[in-house]
Amino acid sequence: MRSLHPLDYAARRSLGRKFAVLGTVALLFVTACGPAPGNSGISDPHEAQNRAVHKLNLALDKNVLRPVARGANKALPHPVEQGIVNFADNLELPGRVVNNVLQLRLGKAVENTLRFAINSTIGIGGLFDPATQAGVNGKPTDFGETLHLWGVSEGNYIELPFFGPSTDRDAVGKVVDMAMDPLKLIFPNSGNMSLIAKIGAKIADRGRYSETVDSILYDSADGYAQARLLYLQNRRFELGQVPSDESFEDPYAQ
Amino acid sequence: MPSELKNRDMKTSDKRPDSLVLTRRAFGAGLAAGTGFLAFALPVRALTVDQARALIDKAVAEVNSIISSGKSEQAMFGDFERVFINYADVPTIARSALGVAAKSASAGQMSAFTTAFQGYISRKYGRRFREFIGGKIEVTDAHPIKSYYEVVSVAHLQGEAPFDLRWHVSDKSGRQLFFNIIIEGINMLASERTEIGAMLDAQGGDVDKLIAQLQKI
Repeated sequence: MRSLHPLDYAARRSLGRKFAVLGTVALLFVTACGPAPGNSGISDPHEAQNRAVHKLNLALDKNVLRPVARGANKALPHPVEQGIVNFADNLELPGRVVNNVLQLRLGKAVENTLRFAINSTIGIGGLFDPATQAGVNGKPTDFGETLHLWGVSEGNYIELPFFGPSTDRDAVGKVVDMAMDPLKLIFPNSGNMSLIAKIGAKIADRGRYSETVDSILYDSADGYAQARLLYLQNRRFELGQVPSDESFEDPYAQ
Repeated sequence: MPSELKNRDMKTSDKRPDSLVLTRRAFGAGLAAGTGFLAFALPVRALTVDQARALIDKAVAEVNSIISSGKSEQAMFGDFERVFINYADVPTIARSALGVAAKSASAGQMSAFTTAFQGYISRKYGRRFREFIGGKIEVTDAHPIKSYYEVVSVAHLQGEAPFDLRWHVSDKSGRQLFFNIIIEGINMLASERTEIGAMLDAQGGDVDKLIAQLQKI
């Protein structure tokens, strides 16, 4: 009977212990710090270097990502593309649950767990998304957000090779999320499945939002500055940092 | 009104009992007017929240009808431009986008820039709104922020998670008009100031060349 379980007994016990440790660490951090204060400006002291990386990313996009994405977008029927995006999103869920626990957002942890359970089973390994239809929306999160809630401030803007716009804090978050890959905690033999799915979803997204992405990267007078602004504003919005009144645009006061 | 009553008081001040009655009546009238004003003070603010919401309700209804009209791209751009003119404070948005350069620009340049900017914005955002075809925008909330109002709406697009679309509305132009759109935290004014600023730099700071370029985009 035991072999029918996706996890053997020892692994489950160790997983339980890991979660208990995570929870304690999170409790210490969150209660001690609270979220970092909101930012409003742009801090980009390494702009020259970032612009060089931006150039590299543009070349990568122009020569590899965009043509592949366009080809895939034309070749694949929409439901297949949606299936790839769903599949990748589903594999992200265990990581989100771990981050939710670290953030002490236990309600979200339960919701994302339920989402993973529904989509992995009824949704046939995550290819479909019946959870959303059932109203179990979950919410994307990452270790960058966890750091934010622990009181780590945003740091400087940074453009990463391949990954694009980020901040000091979110770059660290990305490294931790990738190293953590909690899918491995559940399926130790999953290999590079997470990474492959992520790349697939990135290609599918680049194809679906081709026009919008092109308009920012290629049609803007300064694509670097535009991407930087869009990233920072959108990221702060995601983190629930309501802009202070002062930082909000009041053209009548100018 | 109260000053009129006061004058009447003064005219009748030689007849003491009358004056007393009048004064008391005037006082009562003044009090009534005062409480009336107080009673109105709150609804006046609530009314403007409602007005702000009503404005965006109407603008959103027009945008929804444009994106479901099935017209050609060019026709839609014209329709979007009309919505933009009718519901947005275009001169204020244009001036804000031009930034410091607006201070040294002539009245003629400002007017030409505003017209060029209006067309450019309608085409640019029209292209994005065209992606909403088959979708719908729904106004969900409105509340005051400092000296203006924020109207919150949600865009429901086919096969996408719903996203947050906010409109900032002010009556400082003399009419209730929106002056900023915020899509998932990304605000149009800041984005356009960056964009127009970069274009102006590329044109060596020449506003006339910038206007010519905007007309071509």
